[in-house]
Amino acid sequence: MEKPHNLTVRQALTALKNGSLSSEELTRACLTQIERLEGTVHAFITLTAEKALENARAADARRMAARRHPDEPLPPLLGLPIAVKDLLTLSGVRCTCGSRILENFIPPFTATAVQRLLDAGVVIVGKTNTDEFAMGSSTENSAFGVTFNPWDTRRVPGGSSGGSAAAVAARMIPAALGTDTGGSVRQPAAFCGVTGIKPTYGRVSRYGLMAYGSSLDTVGVLARSAEDAAILFWPMAGFDPLDATTMEQPAADWQPPSPEMLRGLRIGVPKEYFLPGMQPEVEEKVRAAIQTLADLGAAVQEISLPHTEYALPVYYLIAPAEASANLARYDGVRFGYRAEAETLSELFNRSRSEGFGAEVKRRIMLGTYALSAGYYEAYYGQAQKVRTLIRQDFEQAFQQVDVIAAPVTPTTAFRIGEHRDDPLAMYLEDVFTLPTNLAGVPGLAFPVGFDRQELPIGMQLMAPHFQEEILFSIAHLYQQHTRWHLHAPLLI
Amino acid sequence: MSLTLAEVEHIAHLARLQLSEEEKIRFREQLSAILEYAARLQQVDTRDIPPTSSVLPPRSRLREDEPHAPFSRDKILANAPNSHQGYFRVPPVLE
Repeated sequence: MEKPHNLTVRQALTALKNGSLSSEELTRACLTQIERLEGTVHAFITLTAEKALENARAADARRMAARRHPDEPLPPLLGLPIAVKDLLTLSGVRCTCGSRILENFIPPFTATAVQRLLDAGVVIVGKTNTDEFAMGSSTENSAFGVTFNPWDTRRVPGGSSGGSAAAVAARMIPAALGTDTGGSVRQPAAFCGVTGIKPTYGRVSRYGLMAYGSSLDTVGVLARSAEDAAILFWPMAGFDPLDATTMEQPAADWQPPSPEMLRGLRIGVPKEYFLPGMQPEVEEKVRAAIQTLADLGAAVQEISLPHTEYALPVYYLIAPAEASANLARYDGVRFGYRAEAETLSELFNRSRSEGFGAEVKRRIMLGTYALSAGYYEAYYGQAQKVRTLIRQDFEQAFQQVDVIAAPVTPTTAFRIGEHRDDPLAMYLEDVFTLPTNLAGVPGLAFPVGFDRQELPIGMQLMAPHFQEEILFSIAHLYQQHTRWHLHAPLLI
Repeated sequence: MSLTLAEVEHIAHLARLQLSEEEKIRFREQLSAILEYAARLQQVDTRDIPPTSSVLPPRSRLREDEPHAPFSRDKILANAPNSHQGYFRVPPVLE
């Protein structure tokens, strides 16, 4: 058998069920791998090793007890270790959001998405690194240090769910939760060679997710295959009375599809997602992957999403505007960092200035400006109108095709520090992932090859609202025919 | 689109951020570049296009109005930087 920490979610669950592996052994193997590589990768902000082992033993005891009552169903993920991005709360465990301002914040409640997975039996080993409040594309903006890409530690893992992506790629954990406001699951998945799902807006509750851009924020999963991501995804999905944006869409009972499913499936390839300046190998590998799907029976056609070029300016007005409102709560009064101050207004100003990092301040400033008197219509108002046009692009495209296939990023992982002094260049990294969030449609990223420097290349599939199922199915069939998702970085 | 230093100071005040002189200069430069990039949105004809208020079909629902136990005061105050007799404590609001 594979070493336990190398097992996929599917393999691990099979081994746990048939008794060939205990949750304690599996959890210990993951913790050992974390201990071995954390100094090199730095994927975590907080580890909860003791608690994880305790919960793993409890899961084993429960499974043992159930042997005497074989008719009583056990939770489907009982004993499976996972990691959680440090932007989602777990009651009693500090939640920093990658920020000094929440360095000592211990949430008294658990995020619904996390709770649903706990109810399904998972064991949480720790909280993964993130750009501060999810604002970034490289995990360099964390107050707790950079995460390094396991494929090349001179490079970024992507962001903002870079800790989760790196941990999964480095075989520290079979799967991890991430969040995606403008590409924060899919872009690190692409940079780290793993599979990541960004669900439909409103499909997974955001209760307990620290708000960044409320009209865009989603909770997703990163894992080593589409099947693994699907196994964790469905238990999280569905209506939650604690998040008014969640919809009463029933969660699908997703099963690996038959290959017939690809016959005649209409895949659209948007010409706007292949830019002259992009890395040629990215285009080459993505087109090859689309050809593979065509060889398996899909009908591929070129389509147009004409307003794609405006997604970046629309996003970088709307998301900061929402962030500037959401982050007003960090004022040093009720929780979080408080600076020494003589007056209340000085307390607000100093706590925020000392607690927030540069990128968070930049976005708060940008959003405040876009919402301020005299500029609201020209910036925020116009951005929300162009957002309507971007949504309509998708609606029209989905009248012609079932799914859309495109690159996740214009390049493979860039070097640490490469965009340090140029925020606009960093924002341009998100050019292919932002439109999905603006339209609220689901997207799934998965590896389709490597460039000449052995860095992973990702492709994303996008589908109409609430059709995550088809994304998992297509990516799963692709992964049945290819081996890109099985490659592992040398350092493991 | 170029911001003045006075505008940067005004935005910082609205956002309750206290910036160093160095930050003001850097943000002025960076925000100006971002806003200049965003200016391309002005080219898009959006006459008769409604702004997006939600990506999902609008719907409202009512929930049962059932009482439930709120978080305890102690739990909430456990994260307070400073509290006194069950209240959040802050410096004077007025001089």
